[in-house]
This record gives sequence, C-alpha cells and structure tokens, in this order.
Amino acid sequence: MHEMSLAEGIIQLLEDQAATQEFRRVKQVWLNIGELAGVEAEALAFCLDVVSRDTLADGAVFHFARQPGQGWCLACSQSVAIHARFDACPLCGKHQVQVTGGDEMRVSELEVE
Amino acid sequence: MCTVCGCSKGNVKIEGRAPGGVKFPYRPHHAHPHDHEHSHSHDHDHDHHQHAHTHPPVQPVEEHQPTLSQQAGGPALHYGQGAAHAHAPGLSQSRMVKIEQGILSKNDGYAAENRQWLRDRGIFALNLVSSPGSGKTSLLAETIRQLGDTLVYVVEGDQQTSNDAERIRAAGAPAIQINTGKGCHLDAHMVGQALQQLNPADDSLLLIENVGNLVCPAAFDLGEAHKVAILSVTEGEDKPLKYPDMFAAADVMLLTKIDLLRHLDFDVDTCIANARRVNPKIKVMQLSSKSGDGMDVWVDWLLLEMNEAQLVKQREVARLRQQIAELEQQLQELR
Repeated sequence: MHEMSLAEGIIQLLEDQAATQEFRRVKQVWLNIGELAGVEAEALAFCLDVVSRDTLADGAVFHFARQPGQGWCLACSQSVAIHARFDACPLCGKHQVQVTGGDEMRVSELEVE
Repeated sequence: MCTVCGCSKGNVKIEGRAPGGVKFPYRPHHAHPHDHEHSHSHDHDHDHHQHAHTHPPVQPVEEHQPTLSQQAGGPALHYGQGAAHAHAPGLSQSRMVKIEQGILSKNDGYAAENRQWLRDRGIFALNLVSSPGSGKTSLLAETIRQLGDTLVYVVEGDQQTSNDAERIRAAGAPAIQINTGKGCHLDAHMVGQALQQLNPADDSLLLIENVGNLVCPAAFDLGEAHKVAILSVTEGEDKPLKYPDMFAAADVMLLTKIDLLRHLDFDVDTCIANARRVNPKIKVMQLSSKSGDGMDVWVDWLLLEMNEAQLVKQREVARLRQQIAELEQQLQELR
C-alpha cells in the first residue's frame, strides 16, 4: 500500500521536526508500525532508502517495531489477539472482532544532531 | 517519480490547472537546503540558546517553508550553517528526540480542517471509494437526478481526464475534477483546495468520488462524514476479504448493479457476511441505478443524514447566539 507516499510523509515529518527542534541531521529513526496498518515494513524500508537520499536523513538507519494486532470480540466481550482484519476470534471462532490496536503508524523516536 | 504509487510533483491538477504555490502533503520533493551565506560584521557574542523547544508542529502552507532563521530574523542565529548545537563541553552532538507522531498526521490535520469547514456550513460529505468500473459515476448521476432540488456538489478524483466531472455536470450538479496525475488517491489537502474553488452552499450534500482504487484511499481521511465502499455484483463476493483495509475503513457498503444478479452466480449473503467479517458494524444497502431498485432507501438515507448535519450547524449557531447574548448582557452590566 502506497509505501512511497508514506516514506515521503516520514521525511517531511523529519524536516518539520528539524525546524522546530533544531537539528540538522537524522542518524536513526524508530518507527512503530502496527501489524494491521496495511504497511509492508520491507517495502517501506526500500522506499525510505530511496526517498531519504539528499535529505537530512541521508544514510539514516530506520528501525521498525511491529505492534501486535489487537481486537475486541463483541461476542466474548474481551480483548483478543488477531493477525489480520478478518481474523476470527481465537476464543469463540466468530467474526465479530473490532480492531482496537495494532493499526497505527507512528514515528516514535529519533537520534539527531 | 515514485514507482509504487507513482506520485511526483507537478502532476496534480484541479480542473486542468496546477494548484499554484502550495505545497502538497506527501510530495516533499522540493525541500530546499537553506545554505545561504550572510556575512556578519558585529562584535558581540552570539547567544545560542540551549533549551529544548517544544513548539507544536508547524503546518506549512507555503511552497517555501520558513526556517527558524528566517522566523527569528535576528542576525545572531545561524541555523542554516555550521555544526549544530554542542556548546556545552563534554556533550555529544547526538541527542535523542521523542516525537511520537503519526505518519499520516499531516494529512489528518488537513482532514480535520476540512471536517470543521464542512460542519460549520451544515454540509454532509461522503467519500465514495471503489474499484474502477464499479459504476460510481452512474450511481452519482442517478442520485443527483433523484434528489431533484436538493443541492448536491461533487468532487471527482481521477488520474486523468475531466470526463466524470462533465457527466456529473450534465446530471445537473456543480462538479470539480481533481486529476491526481500519477497519484493513486485523493488526499485531504487536494480536497481542501477543491472545496475553496467549488464553494458548496450551506446545508448541501458533498459527494467526493475518490480515485478508483480499493487500497490506498483507505488510509487517507479527507474530512468526510463517512467512507462509502461501492461494490458491484459483477466483481466478487470475496472482495471485502481481498481488500480488508478499505472495507474496515468504510461505514457503509453499497452493493450495486443488483439488476444483473439473475445473470450471475454472485451470492449476496456471502458477500455481506464477508464484509461483516472485516467490519461488523458496516451498513449495507443494495441497489441498482439502472433499474432503480433500492435507490429510494439510499436517497432517503442521504436526506436523513443531511438533515442531521444541518441540525448540528443550527445547534452550533444557536449556541453561539446564546453566547453573544450573554456577553452583551455582561457588557451592559459593566457600563
């Protein structure tokens, strides 16, 4: 899914932060990508490598943390672990699971200078 | 130019014209390194500050984003050149910055602005998403005809051509075409600009026809009240499972072209069950814009939701009037 636009969004976010937080170079970036965010970490890493060239993040190392998918089963009334949007509830086998976590995409931390 | 979604600068056109002087989110190809040289000839010490800044993120609107050096304006600040701040002896130049920002936060910011703009005007907005060829434009044209005197405005998203906007105008509604060039989705910034040009009337209905694509538009909030996924029965019952992100992001699914069901093996119940597997709360309506079956349910729902949006605005207006009256009362007492 549109990893290239996301990569461009990340670089732009870094540029905005560089202006407000006063840094000129980004050495490492920690990204939090949910299991259900619809983003392939490998594709995103490839795109970041391309997009970051000649920017403040040229040569930066990108770390990916994968947040596990989590849902709320309406039938069981409790939180369950899921690995895809259409997964059945691991407890009751029904498909009344609403995603409650693991669908976010965030830049959490940077090492800068 | 990007090889995944294909976006690149200069491709986005609104009604054939490039939007002038405004930066699009996700297209930061024109980042200028600010390396201009100023020669300074003063003799006082440069007073660099050390404290960590926690400004809210700046929402750049202009092509040329001001840097801190320009904002500060003072000749004593050298943000664009030289080594970064390592003036305290023993401190390394590297430091950690915790930012915790959503990758889509920029788009979401523009979407929030659009949503507020629409809410202030009592406009009910839908973001229509589907595969290419599901019959979105035909459905819109028929919907406009059936809504009669109701004010409807349409934003049309396509990679190229303004054919769809012309079809909508022929059906009797003002429409504006956004050509995304090589881009695969509309984003909130494009829609915000289109709204300024289209200038929809208060209390109207705004239909945003996204680029035909069941993948990327799922992630981009445009400021709409609901995403509506349109699935025609000539596609396949399992489409909600193949493209779960889109059906999870949508609040409504329209099953279209149901007049063709008798010629097909399409199983409506299986399709709806698949959609509910991905999104247990999704509202489903079945219709055919050709035969007219089910159009009344869809049109009634639109009118009901429009009414709700108008009420929200009226309540806000009443609340503000009340506030003004109270303030004037206070003013009277002070005089």
